[in-house]
Amino acid sequence: MTLEKTTINRRSFLKVSALAGGGMMLSFSWLAGCKPTPDGVLALPKAWFELNSYIKIGENGIVTLMAPNPEFGSNVKTSLPMILADELDIDWKNVIVAQADFFPERFERQFTGGSQSIRQGWKILRTAGATARQMLINATAQAWSVPAEEITTADGILHHESSGKKAGYGEMASRAAGVPIPEEVQLKKVSDFKIIGTSRKNVDGVNIVTGKPLFGMDYTQQGMLIAMIAHPPAFGLKVKSVEDAAARSMPGIKDVFTIKTLSDDYERNGFDTTTFTELVVVVGSTTWEVMNAKKALKIEWEEISDSDIIVQGWGGKQTVKIPAGLESTTGHKAKMAEMAKRPANVLRKDGDPEGAFKKAAKILERTYSAPYLAHNTMEPVNCFAHVTAEKAEIFGPIQAPEFIVQSLSARLGLPKEKIHIKLARMGGGFGQRAYGHHMVEAAVISQKINAPVKMVYTREDDMTYGIYRPTYVATYKAALDNDNNLIGFQVRGGGIPEHPVHANRFPAGAVENYLAEGWQLDSNITIGAFRAPRSNFIAGAEQSFLDEVAELAGKDPIEFRLELLERARNNPVGSNNDYDADRYAGVLKLVKEKSKWLETQADVYRGVSAYFCHNSYVAEVLDIVIKNNNPVVQKVYAAVDCGIVVNPDAATNMGEGGIVDGIGNALYGEMTFQNGVPEKNNFDKYRMIRHSEAPKSIEIHFVQSETDPTGLGEPLFPPVFAALANALYKAKNKRLYDQPFVSGVTIDLKT
Amino acid sequence: MAVINLNVNGKKQAVDVDPQTPMLWVLREHLNLVGTKYGCGIAACGACTIHLEGMAVRSCQLPVSSAENKAITTIEGLSENGDHPVQKAWLEHDVPQCGYCQSGQIMTAVALLHDNPNPTDAEIESAMHGNICRCGTYLRIRAAVKTAAKSQSL
Repeated sequence: MTLEKTTINRRSFLKVSALAGGGMMLSFSWLAGCKPTPDGVLALPKAWFELNSYIKIGENGIVTLMAPNPEFGSNVKTSLPMILADELDIDWKNVIVAQADFFPERFERQFTGGSQSIRQGWKILRTAGATARQMLINATAQAWSVPAEEITTADGILHHESSGKKAGYGEMASRAAGVPIPEEVQLKKVSDFKIIGTSRKNVDGVNIVTGKPLFGMDYTQQGMLIAMIAHPPAFGLKVKSVEDAAARSMPGIKDVFTIKTLSDDYERNGFDTTTFTELVVVVGSTTWEVMNAKKALKIEWEEISDSDIIVQGWGGKQTVKIPAGLESTTGHKAKMAEMAKRPANVLRKDGDPEGAFKKAAKILERTYSAPYLAHNTMEPVNCFAHVTAEKAEIFGPIQAPEFIVQSLSARLGLPKEKIHIKLARMGGGFGQRAYGHHMVEAAVISQKINAPVKMVYTREDDMTYGIYRPTYVATYKAALDNDNNLIGFQVRGGGIPEHPVHANRFPAGAVENYLAEGWQLDSNITIGAFRAPRSNFIAGAEQSFLDEVAELAGKDPIEFRLELLERARNNPVGSNNDYDADRYAGVLKLVKEKSKWLETQADVYRGVSAYFCHNSYVAEVLDIVIKNNNPVVQKVYAAVDCGIVVNPDAATNMGEGGIVDGIGNALYGEMTFQNGVPEKNNFDKYRMIRHSEAPKSIEIHFVQSETDPTGLGEPLFPPVFAALANALYKAKNKRLYDQPFVSGVTIDLKT
Repeated sequence: MAVINLNVNGKKQAVDVDPQTPMLWVLREHLNLVGTKYGCGIAACGACTIHLEGMAVRSCQLPVSSAENKAITTIEGLSENGDHPVQKAWLEHDVPQCGYCQSGQIMTAVALLHDNPNPTDAEIESAMHGNICRCGTYLRIRAAVKTAAKSQSL
């Protein structure tokens, strides 16, 4: 058992402390959207007693657990409360889960992203659950006049063995809410978990399959207007003039105007990415009417000039250059090819890479590239806002409310505590919803028209707005000696506007002579986090390259990687390698065993890949068969070490999704530009993976572990690009270096 | 504007709208049935799938006037409590991730099973081709369709 100081989540007790000694029954009027669990309609209690921000217990033993983080499909609305429930020691069937609003005074970390929800919520939620349990025990000990140490709990029942006394949590909840908060609490042993590690259904499953309103798009209220925006059709353009007479006269239209969301000198945080700060807005009664009026706008655009914006990001304050000009993909490619030839910033250097290449027996050099990608969440950008002189109410999809509240406050002229952000279920996030520009836009529109408003982007607005995954290129170089040992390794990676190189990741630490370099080019096309930033490109490049190096060395690709990891484990080069070689090797060995790697099957072509990111280790083997001259992904095996798995079936679901999404983006994902105009604006042009193109079968194996949980939403995504490329090489005897691997509408490979 | 008589989920009602308004927006904003989702507006993603006289159609491309007096079923009309065999199969396989596309996926699957109670994998893939899921739940959808097919044949 671990003894945990309750200071770790002291803020969740703030309200309780303030009321200590007084009545503990709290109003939960702010707690909206409290829905019964799928297991059936629970009898709601007459009174709720709050033990801390996350937990309230009814007199009848029903427990409401707050899901602190916004839900975008990674199932944290179910798995985070499972952690609370296990330490609280209650029966999951008596649990109601409610989505918390953004409330930083009461909740520690309300950010869904970077695969960190479970990892960073783990100790906070366990402590909150264990503390509430201890308060129930202490209150019961007082009531029964017995030592607290003699009271045990199970499934929401308090028990004192020698006296035979028993009571439900509900009976003791009122008293428990009044006892002092313990300074320290015992956390469970891993072997004592009853809920963590067992599969529990999505708490919103029934609401989803019956079409209940859950999403920002579904929100409505009395008197609410609809707003749509027109943003420039190209990066590098801004509004010059607007002719809106026709639009204004159309049915249902209330107003047409232009807004400025952030002033040019506003010091932004790293998530204030706003492609177009000036937008033309049409407001009306219904979406269809506003959509039609938007088409009747006549807007003249003009080119922007060079400008700078100031960004206060995690890396400190920096000035970001926004160059003028209408950029094109062909121009990008030419510039990137030029940059790739030049020496770049050295990110890490071990030994004597130049010397190693001079004395090498064999040298392999390969260049990999990938295009910009659009997130294409199924729910387009939208947000509800109602801003008055006193306060702002916001409801919409947002992964990171804490990153946008300051900008809302500054722009609206309201103190942060007067800005109430409610967290909608998101129809996908994938990083795009970490950027809350839409919340500022909706709020500015509401403030301007002095009415509640829901702002909705069309699919075209959404797909052409920017905040894309950057375009990247990476050149790898390997030196082998006469015995086929890898004696030198270089990676030079670049991109627009950021490079993709993680200099301290494998194979850094496993090669004596190592060089990592990065370069970048400015652009006015905005970029943002996209499922496993940088890793989503560099894993595919690196793991494709290592496959080719293994082949050149005449070694099995898994054995070749294991040899390198052996070196990194026993005699690591450098001291800041960011991976654990044993866990890395562990997933490779597991996938080798589960996929029966050494047993070849006729007409099945296999590729392997392994990668570490978001604190987790994943190895994948992908099998292809050829049907009607087309490659078909028959099966994917994944071995995953993400520590303890909280909700195994949901974790498997997300892993399957990561693999399908990765195959889709590797084969088809691509955004291109011509004179600043994004050339794809809807799903007729932007190809997404569809049912028939998904693997026929996926097997995910989690390493049995008692290590604290790490990331899962992202880690299965990056390695599949290379597993696919390596299998396609086996099938077609042709290496693939440039994503997407498929162009046009057929699945035939580019030749 | 024109008064259009509709028959949605067995309920007859009239709306006064531009006759060209897509059924999608009539359902969502005039009848408050928001289970049918806007995804693309060009019938390329399937999120807005409903049944018109039992056929799966994309409601974002269906003018309300052409649905006058025809039987329309939306996700809300499949069952009161999620106990339609296809919805039950979806819950059994815990299919949804973000959940946004799932109403459309379910409506396409129900129409498929109505026409073909025991589809092969290839027939499922072909019938469901028009429904995109960015979260990548395709394998679970395929499994759920098969489970629903089995339960319907019992």
